[in-house]
Amino acid sequence: MNNEKKMSFRKIIACAVAAAGIVAVASPALAAGGAKHPRDGGFSFNGPFGTFDQGQLQRGYKVYREVCSSCHGMDHVHFRNLGDKHGPFWNPAYPNPNDNPVVKALAKEIQVADIDSETGESLMRDATTADKFPNPYPNATAAAAGNGGAAPPDLSVMAKARHDGANYIYSLLSGYVAPPKGLKIAPGQNYNPYMSGDLTPFWEGKGPAPKGGFIAMPPQLTNGQVTYDDGTEATVDQMAKDVAAFIMWTSEPKMVERKQAGFGVLIFLLMFAGITYASYRKIWKGVAH
Amino acid sequence: MAEPVVNPDGPMGQNEGGDATRRDFIHIAAGAAAAGAGVMVAWPLINQMSPAADTLALASIEFDMSKVQEGQQVVIKWQGKPVFVRYRTPAELQKVEAEGAVGSPAQTDAERTKAGHEKYLVVIGSCTHLGCVPTFNAGEYGGWFCPCHGSHYDASGRIRKGPAPLNLIVPAYEYLSDTRVKIG
Amino acid sequence: MSNHESTYVPKTAVERWLDTRLPIVRFGMDYANLPTPRNLNYWWTFGGILAICLMTQIITGIVLAMHYTPHIDMAFASVERIMRDVPGGWLIRYVHANGASMFFIAVYLHMLRGLYYGSYKAPREMIWIVGCVIFFLMIATAFLGYVLPWGQMSFWGAEVITNLIGAIPVVGEPILVWLRGGPAIDNATLNRFFSLHYLLPFVILGCVVLHLWALHAAGQNNPVGILIPKDREKKDTLPFHPYFTVKDGFAIILFFIMFAVFVFYNPNALGHADNYIPANPLVTPAHIVPEWYMLPFYAILRAVPDKFGGVVAMFAAIGVLFVLPWLDTSKVRSMRYRPTMKTFFIIFLFVCFGLGWCGAQLPDAPVVPGMPSFNLIDGQLNSYLWLTRFLTIYYFVFFIVLMPLVGLKEKPLLIPATISEPVLPTTEAEKV
Repeated sequence: MNNEKKMSFRKIIACAVAAAGIVAVASPALAAGGAKHPRDGGFSFNGPFGTFDQGQLQRGYKVYREVCSSCHGMDHVHFRNLGDKHGPFWNPAYPNPNDNPVVKALAKEIQVADIDSETGESLMRDATTADKFPNPYPNATAAAAGNGGAAPPDLSVMAKARHDGANYIYSLLSGYVAPPKGLKIAPGQNYNPYMSGDLTPFWEGKGPAPKGGFIAMPPQLTNGQVTYDDGTEATVDQMAKDVAAFIMWTSEPKMVERKQAGFGVLIFLLMFAGITYASYRKIWKGVAH
Repeated sequence: MAEPVVNPDGPMGQNEGGDATRRDFIHIAAGAAAAGAGVMVAWPLINQMSPAADTLALASIEFDMSKVQEGQQVVIKWQGKPVFVRYRTPAELQKVEAEGAVGSPAQTDAERTKAGHEKYLVVIGSCTHLGCVPTFNAGEYGGWFCPCHGSHYDASGRIRKGPAPLNLIVPAYEYLSDTRVKIG
Repeated sequence: MSNHESTYVPKTAVERWLDTRLPIVRFGMDYANLPTPRNLNYWWTFGGILAICLMTQIITGIVLAMHYTPHIDMAFASVERIMRDVPGGWLIRYVHANGASMFFIAVYLHMLRGLYYGSYKAPREMIWIVGCVIFFLMIATAFLGYVLPWGQMSFWGAEVITNLIGAIPVVGEPILVWLRGGPAIDNATLNRFFSLHYLLPFVILGCVVLHLWALHAAGQNNPVGILIPKDREKKDTLPFHPYFTVKDGFAIILFFIMFAVFVFYNPNALGHADNYIPANPLVTPAHIVPEWYMLPFYAILRAVPDKFGGVVAMFAAIGVLFVLPWLDTSKVRSMRYRPTMKTFFIIFLFVCFGLGWCGAQLPDAPVVPGMPSFNLIDGQLNSYLWLTRFLTIYYFVFFIVLMPLVGLKEKPLLIPATISEPVLPTTEAEKV
C-alpha cells in the first residue's frame, strides 16, 4: 500500500513537471527571430529575491526625463508613482507619495496641459503629483508625423512588451554598431543588431544576412550626456542600463511587493500541505486502497 | 475473510476514547490552516474595493474669489462634490455674526471662515441629512434650503431647522493670495 | 453510488423543521457520506481542483469587472490601472490571467484520466458529454477573455479566430459581420465579448452541476474500471468525507503551490509579450500564436491546406470527443487491462504534446535544421507543416480507427472481480 502511495505521488509530481514543461517550451519558442540575443545587464531585480536598486532608478529617471521623454510618452505613469513604495524616490517618512517633497519638486519642474477651470481655455501649468507624465505629442498622428512616420512607442510597459525586456532595452540602447558592409539602409533607418527583423532582402554582402533589424530611432546616448546627481560616471553603457532598470520599474512597479507576498504565500502553502498530508495519513491509516 | 476495511479507530481517531484530543490535533490544525487560507484570500478581494491610488491622489483645486459677485455664490466641483463659495452681503454678515454660536454643533460665524476674509464662506454643498444639494438663498434663515427633506441653513451654513444633524461642512482650504484659495 | 439511500436523521426540532421545507442539510450530509470507490488515485483529484479553479476565475473575474472598462480607448489603460492603482489589483489580475492556464492544465489531465480509465463508457456517457460541453465553453470563455486587455495579441487573435467563421461557405461572411458588429474588430466587438465573457462562466457553472448530477446518478468510475456490485458496496467504498475531502484537499494545495509559483514569480511566462503593446489595427505582430492551451487545435487548423477544411478539422478534433463513447468498442473500461490500447494511448499523449509544439512554430520552419529534405506537394517534408499533418492524422486515427478496431481485436488482461482485490495482500486476494 505504501508503495502504491509513493507511486501515485511520483506520478502527480511527474505530471506537474510535465505540464509546466509543455508550457515552458510552448510559449517563448517564437521570441527572437533574427535578432541578436540581448546581453545580460546584471540587474538587481533578477531572481526570486531581487529588488530594485533605488539609486539606479533615480539615475534612470534622469535619463528618461532628459533624453527619452522628448519623444517617448509614459501614459500609465504618474508623478506620484515616483514616490511609491520601492519606487525611485520612495521615502518611508512619506507613506502617501503625494506628500513627498522630492516628488512634488520633480512634478513642478514639468509643465502639463490643462483647462482653465474658470475660462475653459487651455493653458500650461506646473504638474502636480496627481498628474500623468505628459506625452510629448498631442496624439499618435502627430507623433508619427514628427518622426518620419514611425511613432515613438509608449514606454510605460516596454519591459514587458518585449521578450527579456530589461536586457533587451539595455542591449538595444547601447548596442548600435556601424552597419556591416553590403547592407542597404533606407533613409531614416538605422541598423541595430538587437532589433528584431529579417535583413535578407537588404543584404548584398557575403554569407547569410547579419542578425538584427532596422530601427527608426538613431543612437541617442553619448558619454557624459547626463550629469548624475550621485556622481556615477554617465557612460553610454551605464545610462542604457539605468534607463532599462527604470523602465522595468515603470512596467512592473509592484514587482518587489509581488515577490515578497509570494514568499509568504509559498511558506504558508508548504506548511499547509505538510499539515494536510499528516491529517491525510492519519485518516487513511490502516485503510487498504 | 478479515479485510482491514477501515481504520478501527474511525477515520478521525474518534473511537479511541480518552486520547481523542491529541489525535484530533492534526485535523484541527489542518482545518485551522484552511480557515486561515480563506481569510487570507478574502482580504485582497475585500480590500480591492477601497479607493484606488489615483482616486486618493485627486488634486486639490484653486479658485479665484474675485469671480464671485456680492450676494451671490459660485458652485465648483471638488473631489466629485459641489463646493459653495458665497460672498455674503453686509446685512447677511451682520445677521450671522450677531447670532453668536448656533447650529449643530453650535458655532460662531468666525469659526467657519478665515480671519480677514469673513465675507467669503466656503462650504461643501451637500446637505448633512442625506446628501442633496441645498438651494441657494432659500428657507427661513436666508441661507440655503434643502428641497429633499426641508432642512434650513443660515447664511453661515449652520443648520437651524429640519432633519439635518450637522452644519454644512467647511472643507480644508487656505488663501494663497488675497483672492486665490486652494481647496483640499 | 447510484441508488444510495439517505442516512441523514434530523436531530433537533429546527433541523426537522428545515428538513421538511428545504432539505439542504440532508443534501450536504448525503454528499459527505457518498460511498466512493476506495481505490481512487490522485488522478481523481482533478475534479475537485477544477471546481476550485472555476470558483477562483469567477470570483477574481467579478472583482476585475469592477475596475475594467470595455472600451477600445480605455481598456488597455484600465487594465494598467488595475495593475498599478487598485489596491492589490496586480495580484487579482495575475491570478485571473494565470488561473486560465491552470484551469486548462487541470482540465487536460482530467480528460486524459477519463480517457485512460474509460470513464466515458456506459453508463457514464452523459458525464463525458457534459464534460465535453464544459471544455468547449472553457475554450470560448478563454478566447473571449484574452481579447479584453486589448493588446496586440488580443486584437489579432480576435481577428484571426473570428475570420474562421468567415470560412463557412455562403453564410460565413454575413455571420462574421453580425458577430463582430461591423466590418472589423472594433468597439462593438469588445463590448459584446466582455458581456459574453461574463456570461459564459455561469453557463459553465450550470454545466458543472449537470456533470455532478450525472456523476451522482451513474456513480464514479475507478482505476480498475469495474462497477461495484451492490453486495460489495460496504467493503469497496468509503464515505466521501473525510477520506476524499482530505485527499482532494491535499492535491488542491499542491496544485496551488504550482499556481503560486507562476503568479508570484513568473506571472507573464504563460502570456505573450506582444499583449503589452496596445492594440493597433494597422500593424500585425510578426508571429501570431494563441495561448498555449489552444496550440494543438491551432496546429490542426493550419495542417489542412484549405481554409474551410482547416476550420472543419479543428472543430472535428473537439467534436470527435463527443462521440467517443460509441467509438470505443471495448468491453473493458480501464486501460490497465488493455496493454495494446495503452501503447496507442501513450503515443496519443506524445502526439498531443507534439501538436502543441507544432502550433507554436512557423509552418515552413524545418523540424531538424540542416537535414536534407524534399518538397512534398506543398511544402518541405522536413517542416512543421508536414510534422503537424502526420500528428493530426494520428490524432484522428486514434479515435476513429483504433478505438473501434482495437476494442474488437485485442485480448484484455484478466480483470479483478472486485476493486479491493488489487489492493489487498495477495493471500487475501486469493481467498476472494
